[in-house]
Amino acid sequence: MNLWQKIKTSLATTRQGLTQKIDRIFKDRGKITQTLLDELEEVLIMADLGVSATQKIIGHLQEKIRTNEVKDSEEVKDFIKTLIAQILEKNEIEESHKWQPPHVIMVIGVNGVGKTTTIGKLAWRLKKEGKKVLLAAGDTFRAAAIDQLEIWAQKIGVDFIKHQPGADPSAVVFDAIQAGKARGYDIIIADTAGRQHTKANLMEELKKMKRVIGKVIPDAPHEVLLVLDANTGQNALSQTNLFHQNLGVTGIVLTKLDGSAKGGIIVNIADTFDIPIKYIGLGEELDNLQEFHPALFASALLTD
Amino acid sequence: MFENLANKLEGIFKKLRSRGRLSESDVNEALREIRVTLLEADVNFKVVKRFIEQVRVKAIGQDVLKSLTPGQQIIKIVRDELTMLMDPGSLKGPIKPAAFPYIIFLVGIQGSGKTTTVAKLALNFKKEGFNPLLVATDVKRPAAEEQLEILARQIGVGAFRRQGNEGPVAICQNALQRAQLNKNNPIIVDTAGRFHIDEELMAELIGLKNNINPQEVLLVADATTGQEAVNIASTFNDRLGIDGIILTKLDGDARGGAALSMKEVTGKPIRYIGIGEKLDAIEPFYPDRLTSRILGMGDILTLIEKTEAAISQEQAREVEKKIREQSFTLQDFREQLRQIKNMGPIDQLIGMIPGMSRMKGLQVEEKELVKIEAIINSMTPHERRNYAIIDGSRRRRIATGSGTSIQDVNRLLKQFAQTRKLMKKLVQPGKKTKGNFLDLFR
Repeated sequence: MNLWQKIKTSLATTRQGLTQKIDRIFKDRGKITQTLLDELEEVLIMADLGVSATQKIIGHLQEKIRTNEVKDSEEVKDFIKTLIAQILEKNEIEESHKWQPPHVIMVIGVNGVGKTTTIGKLAWRLKKEGKKVLLAAGDTFRAAAIDQLEIWAQKIGVDFIKHQPGADPSAVVFDAIQAGKARGYDIIIADTAGRQHTKANLMEELKKMKRVIGKVIPDAPHEVLLVLDANTGQNALSQTNLFHQNLGVTGIVLTKLDGSAKGGIIVNIADTFDIPIKYIGLGEELDNLQEFHPALFASALLTD
Repeated sequence: MFENLANKLEGIFKKLRSRGRLSESDVNEALREIRVTLLEADVNFKVVKRFIEQVRVKAIGQDVLKSLTPGQQIIKIVRDELTMLMDPGSLKGPIKPAAFPYIIFLVGIQGSGKTTTVAKLALNFKKEGFNPLLVATDVKRPAAEEQLEILARQIGVGAFRRQGNEGPVAICQNALQRAQLNKNNPIIVDTAGRFHIDEELMAELIGLKNNINPQEVLLVADATTGQEAVNIASTFNDRLGIDGIILTKLDGDARGGAALSMKEVTGKPIRYIGIGEKLDAIEPFYPDRLTSRILGMGDILTLIEKTEAAISQEQAREVEKKIREQSFTLQDFREQLRQIKNMGPIDQLIGMIPGMSRMKGLQVEEKELVKIEAIINSMTPHERRNYAIIDGSRRRRIATGSGTSIQDVNRLLKQFAQTRKLMKKLVQPGKKTKGNFLDLFR
């Protein structure tokens, strides 16, 4: 199954919901009425796009309808698809692969979004690309989090640095980065404990981890990936805001898109922040972490 | 991030009141604001729609239009209706396990917090004198069984995990035998996370339920869940049948609108809420508190709780005594500052105080607090006790020592003097106000 099919299958529920509803809305209707726009609003809000992003999209649509550029169901679909893709594309940046090893990636997020699983899948991807990967068990707080990452490391066949449960996570990453540098690893991925973004002291702990990494390798961590759960509603905005303010997020990973959640919140996030969406998680299997393609995502969301 | 609904409504009505009379379309505008607020709190679109119609009917029935404070009136209706929706007189409170075997299943999608919640419930039961057994049937997620075992050890209760390759049904049956031998009750079963649309895993769970016949099936759901909450809750309820809901991760800033949606589509009560990572961070559900949260209207109860968590009763009494005896010094002031800092970001605390978010321009800089602390740190203990002795030369030294300016030091001393004056007023004899420390914030 190629990537396109995979995304399509995973988003099947969503896609059916959206297009069928949009089709139904426009069927047997000549004029575009307020009721019709209201129903369209419902479709977008139900996909978790949020009120402001939805109103923005509807506003643009109304403008196009007024100037007669959008006239029927098909055109509305195309227009919304293009618009969503544009919003999602806004923050995309050209990947430069010319980094100096070891390249350090720090993975952060609130509890239960799938950080450890994402690290497992990411390590697998990178290993397949021929990279020498080292994992750092930076979640020393949650019971068995270290074991969980260790099981992943064994399964994938990558190396792994850990301390005792309850140890200072900064010490773990410090050791990992030093080891990674000395033993010539290409990539070091640091796990962190899940934390509510509103807890100031826990945010300080993350900032310290970041500082410590930077002490061993001056421009590291090179990437700070924020993991968001596709089931999350508007709170994802607050999560992104606070994590970004404190740690400077360089990319977003959207997980659990294999459920029926729409993940529409990323449209809102892409609209509000200048952070690119890097990967999407489509299932529990190792190869279910995919690069994010804005146009593909928008199409899969809206076309048959 | 969200503007306060109360402020928005006041704004609308204030603008309109200058015209003298409110029309029905004005009420509609207010309802639109309420609608946006609820949607931003992740209440399901359809639930919001029905709700707004209810409020409209009530609002018209109660002659909101003639009221002098229509904004307040509408908010009252909204609050009452929301609270009603979550608590239709069927608030069940905490679970009271009956005779052996009392089996509790915790189910839900991945990452909702099932395993942690199993341990939290167990600790709760243990405190009430029960001897629970935790059962790990999540053999899918790496180290999920270890996690449950570690948590069980931490709280000092038994845990059961499979020895060989048994499936969930066999694991539960074996666990029940063990529980009977060891006189464990209740038996709390952790299940693997699964999406409601995953037919295979749902069928497995239904099979497990039919074989084991649990007394309680509780859906564990993340308070930050978006519009999907409705589908998750209704599918688990329709396919599996649930008895209640546990809402997790309410210690963040989630507005928790999902709770409303789930309650509304399943008709099942919310039994507990999870409010932190510590294993005692679980409590029974209070609809009125969640209502404030969903409406983004300041949460004075949470603020008080946060204060209580940061400042012990003893410390509070100490401060009160000092205020009464007018012996509150800069030393005490610094102690207070440190405690406030422990409570979390200042702007969030302010957001919890009703009415405070109205003062949009009011920015309390965390940096400002750091500065004040630095100034006090640069004083000698003697100066901290007797601020009156701090003369020009001492001020210069303190400013240099703390890396601030003399103006900063002056400002702090002036503010402190004023605070003391205020405290004096509070405890003046003959006045009705008693020396309640909280009065300072009123």
